[in-house]
Amino acid sequence: MNGIKLLQAGEQGLVVEFGNIIDEVVNIKVHRLAKQLAQDSGSAILEVVPTYRSLLVYFDPLECSRRELGELITRLALAGEAAGGASSGRDAANIVHIPVCYGGEFGPDLDFVATHNNLTVDQVIAIHTSTPYLVYMLGFTPGFPYLGGMSEQIAAPRLEKPRVKIAAGSVGIAGSQTGLYPVESPGGWRIIGRTPIEAFNPEHPNPFLFAAGDYLQFKAVSRDEFGAIRREVAAGAYRPEITSLQRG
Amino acid sequence: MKVNSMFNSFTTINPGFYTTIQDEGRWGYQAYGMPVAGAMDRYAYRVANLLAGNQANAATIEMTMLGAAFKFDENQLVAIGGADMQAKLDGESVSNWSSFLAPKGSELRFGYAVSGCRAYLALRGGIQVPSVLGSRSTYTRAKVGGLQGRALQQGDSLDIGRDFGREVRPRVLAAAFIPRYAQQIGIRVLPGPQDDMFTTEATATFFRSEYTISDEADRMGYRLEGPKISHVGKADIVSDALPLGAIQIPAHGMPIIMMADRQTTGGYAKIGTVIGPDLTKLAQAKPGDKIRFQKITEPEAVEALRQERESYLRILSSWEETPESAPGGCKRTLKVAVQGVEYNVEIEEISD
Repeated sequence: MNGIKLLQAGEQGLVVEFGNIIDEVVNIKVHRLAKQLAQDSGSAILEVVPTYRSLLVYFDPLECSRRELGELITRLALAGEAAGGASSGRDAANIVHIPVCYGGEFGPDLDFVATHNNLTVDQVIAIHTSTPYLVYMLGFTPGFPYLGGMSEQIAAPRLEKPRVKIAAGSVGIAGSQTGLYPVESPGGWRIIGRTPIEAFNPEHPNPFLFAAGDYLQFKAVSRDEFGAIRREVAAGAYRPEITSLQRG
Repeated sequence: MKVNSMFNSFTTINPGFYTTIQDEGRWGYQAYGMPVAGAMDRYAYRVANLLAGNQANAATIEMTMLGAAFKFDENQLVAIGGADMQAKLDGESVSNWSSFLAPKGSELRFGYAVSGCRAYLALRGGIQVPSVLGSRSTYTRAKVGGLQGRALQQGDSLDIGRDFGREVRPRVLAAAFIPRYAQQIGIRVLPGPQDDMFTTEATATFFRSEYTISDEADRMGYRLEGPKISHVGKADIVSDALPLGAIQIPAHGMPIIMMADRQTTGGYAKIGTVIGPDLTKLAQAKPGDKIRFQKITEPEAVEALRQERESYLRILSSWEETPESAPGGCKRTLKVAVQGVEYNVEIEEISD
């Protein structure tokens, strides 16, 4: 067991820290513990918040003491290590497929990203859609994914002056990170395209399209396909494509 | 005017400075990046609901600094608590921390907060806006909850739920439960989760000095000004979760306390966390007010939480000795509607 740290975050908060780096193996441990706590714990645990490298557990200290909760967590983490060995362990994860219309009015910075990296626009799209990206965590705005695993070949610096308004569904690059804006918000990412599907819709029975621990696979679609999918989304008829990834 | 509506309603005549609908908050979705929101001052919010005879988690109105004005379309039991905004019902002063009947057509006007910062208006039955992800709390940055995800505006009409439970008589909160809002406050803090990222001197400075709440203080967080807190190394961390009351210290060394509308994650080291029971004091503090932080232990913090919860039970039991339920007088007043006409029916248990 390579040592978890239990840290204090107020009388109702306990942070389980697995490391202090951005690392897929560390992150998968976070999500595994989050899942176990959701299944194994009683009513004393109110909510868990997974991030890059730790899990914040909100609990009721009048129902379960910090010491008891710490023991439960240590036991679960140990069991997880035993099951998975030193590696990330074996379990299935969802791949959520995200159609993206790249360039044009939807991706005003696609040309910049290409020029900056001495690539053609098509090469940027090919690299961006070549591999699934792990959703390390959600934050910044409801449903905003912090993704890992993008190729350095298409990395690009943030805008010097952030845009005041970025449309919901915009897909962008900042440094060697990629992500998408689920709601309209200000932002400094280089915008390369837009997805017609909704990553966050509070009116929907499943308001969030993906969760931390899932993977996102971007897929290039034409302007016409974008419009067709958009109409399906508006009619409530669109079903996102979700496949399974075997990890381990 | 509404005829045969399922709900009572009331209208916003003047929205005040920043008035939103809030309940206990949107817990359970922080893993999805959804901020919790909810009443900034949970004590005043909960007590206002107790005064109104409401269920836990009923949606209330939260007003900030300068209160709002409302007109009631039906007879309505209402309760006020929190900051004293000199409330007047049809021009007559009404006591803060009490519930009273606002007659049909009456106007309830709040003024400037003479003490505290945030006032709560609870209405018997609770405000009936749609529940979004399990909460009616307004989170304006993502336009979620409340009325169309925004602060109230002039002319907004809101529905009030009907509660057919026991008739609630106007209530007054006993003086022992009424907090005094001071301009210098002591705030209890549990160190962590990144207290080891600060020098010993910096930690000593933090717990020894006085900090002033800056003008940048809203539902999301309070930026403070005072002696600089130095980190051992860098100020930045690999982002992790932001608990309610987290005290972040960015590289400039000035603390930021994260409040109800905080983002779910953050990238600055956190020296400590304000304990939940003391957030009421912060919620009622204004720019220019002074804060001193006091380091406490985990058992002390849990004890403070236990005392806070007990105070709600003590408040409820303080009203049990009223004549309506005193021994020998098991008299209840029920409101009964027959063919659209309402009657007050008094029921008394007669024992022999």
